Amino acid sequence: MAVAKCASGIAGFDEITGGGFPRGRTSLVCGSAGCGKTQLAMEFIARGARDYNEPGVFMSFEENEEELKSNVRSLGFDLDDLIERKLLAMDYVAVERSEIEETGEYDLEGLFVRLQHAISSVGAKRVALDTIEALFSGLNNQAILRAELRRLFRWLKVQGVTTLITGERGDGTLTRQGIEEYVSDCVITLDHRVTDQLSTRRLRIVKYRGSTHGTNEYPFLITHTGISVLPITSLSLNHAVFNERVSTGVPRLDTMLGGQGYYRGTTILLTGTAGTGKTSLSATFVDAACRRGEKCLYMAFEESQDQIIRNMRSIGVNLQPHVDKGLLKFHASRPTFYGLEMHLLVTHLLVEEQRPAIVVIDPVTNLVSGGSVGDVHAMAMRLVDYLKGRGITTVMTTLTSGGNNLEQSEINISSLIDTWLLVRDIESGGERNRGLYVLKSRGMAHSNQIREFRLTDHGIELLDVYLGPDGVLTGSARLVQEAKAQSDEAEREDGARRRYLEVEAERKALAAQVAALEAKISLQDKEMQALQSQEKAQGQRRVAGREAMAKSRRADVPATAPRLRVAAKNR
Amino acid sequence: MAKARQPKPTNPSPGPEDSDFVEWDLRLYIAGRTPKCIAAFSNLQKLCEEHLAGQYRIEVIDLLENAQLAKGDQILAIPTLVRKLPEPIRKIIGDLSDTERVLVGLDLRARS
Repeated sequence: MAVAKCASGIAGFDEITGGGFPRGRTSLVCGSAGCGKTQLAMEFIARGARDYNEPGVFMSFEENEEELKSNVRSLGFDLDDLIERKLLAMDYVAVERSEIEETGEYDLEGLFVRLQHAISSVGAKRVALDTIEALFSGLNNQAILRAELRRLFRWLKVQGVTTLITGERGDGTLTRQGIEEYVSDCVITLDHRVTDQLSTRRLRIVKYRGSTHGTNEYPFLITHTGISVLPITSLSLNHAVFNERVSTGVPRLDTMLGGQGYYRGTTILLTGTAGTGKTSLSATFVDAACRRGEKCLYMAFEESQDQIIRNMRSIGVNLQPHVDKGLLKFHASRPTFYGLEMHLLVTHLLVEEQRPAIVVIDPVTNLVSGGSVGDVHAMAMRLVDYLKGRGITTVMTTLTSGGNNLEQSEINISSLIDTWLLVRDIESGGERNRGLYVLKSRGMAHSNQIREFRLTDHGIELLDVYLGPDGVLTGSARLVQEAKAQSDEAEREDGARRRYLEVEAERKALAAQVAALEAKISLQDKEMQALQSQEKAQGQRRVAGREAMAKSRRADVPATAPRLRVAAKNR
Repeated sequence: MAKARQPKPTNPSPGPEDSDFVEWDLRLYIAGRTPKCIAAFSNLQKLCEEHLAGQYRIEVIDLLENAQLAKGDQILAIPTLVRKLPEPIRKIIGDLSDTERVLVGLDLRARS
């Protein structure tokens, strides 16, 4: 049977422990001074009382009640109110060695009585003892103390309360007095390290009997809402998937991405060298989203809000109305202002507060100055996980320095990315122009073409690039090519017109010839007719002449006349 | 043990007329009738008779009956003897079998 858990209510902690501390048992939280032990113990009790309706007892050996109350008041816990509502009992146990003389046998029944009294006064389900090791500095007889502590932990188990004890880290041991040997169920260490002048708190579950748990060191933060533990990676890959598409704000870019733009809830990476228009692309996307009425969060690590708004106005993108309407929220901070975990947490908090549909991180690479590349990678992964898990479309820009391989993002997050756009300078003909590629886009038929990318005063324009003998033509080379193409076209049109006219002329000439010939034919027809009638007349005249001759000679007429008539008919 | 059962001031020797005032006001915290508690009480009585005759008052508090009283005097170990008066407050824990140390603890003997 799985161990029953007692939820701490601490963000992230219950996630990595699979539900919280082991219920009805004793857990040890140890760490060096100032690492957050008391805070953790106090939140366990206060959150239990406030949020889980489980009354608790906080027995402190170090700080008195007033100190504890004021410590957590700023975190939103009103301990006086909890005490009044009988949800919390506090007891400050002061052990002052100088006041105490040991004379013979004793036990710690007084402590038991006080604990018992506190537990029964509120019906406590949770107990915190902070820091019980203080007893060792107040009392001399170690043998008695150890025996009594062992008895105390057994007794707590019998009471059925979930107990948290804290202990100071010792030299080579988890706690100074080795009390971890009395606690067998759950041991957690806290740590506060400073690397590169940035401090990071970390939490690790050393042991958790009878339960699976995350084994990593988890960074955690103490913020204005208390402790927040950040799992490095979420334990599973089960983001909700959207089929909905969101426009990039640039119509031709939508066309390049299968005609409709990005998928909702995916992560988009915009890589490019300096000044290639990454922020402009992001702002255009944000502008389009705000016009649709979606909420956006813009995390700026390079420029201030006003600067971005002013600069984007120069390309015809006005973000100010969206800010005024509350659709767009900027969060501008220096990357070195806090550690990475704090950045991540701030993002979490802002996202929880604003619930945006779109988050822009511009640029994610700047965080490298706030941590090592490995840390940034881990953080980016957690961020992507987190935002995806909430169905938020994320745009991250990364700055690639000139010498690097452009198709490699500086913090190696490309594998986390769904859509990757590369904006780069294309240098030719003595000028630099911007080209945009879609390096990858999961789940859509995207264009393999390079587009020239221009920032105009009315927004982003994507233009076809010309392919010339020397490769891709952009900028003025493209304009030259365009002009050449135009003149070629005109020339071609001219030629065609000329040819038409030529043919036309030829045709006309032929037609004229045809008319002349026809006139000739009709002339000849007439000639023929004339000849015919002439012939006929002559024939008649000859016949008439012969007849006259015959008449005059009294010739035998019928003998010759028929033969002549046949000949005339055959003509 | 009859005296221990009553959580009332016991003043074996009649003091001055304003009987509430005593020079030595001692409080012994116990938790039930355990051998250690019984031993502590009898050791304390014996010691007081020897060194503080007529100037002391012992109040015995059983925490099993009055648990809330433990907090006020910051009681942790049982048995604990608290010297309320004369000031400053001193605490002596244990069954008071080590008379020398009890006397040191009560400032009746200089620390060695």
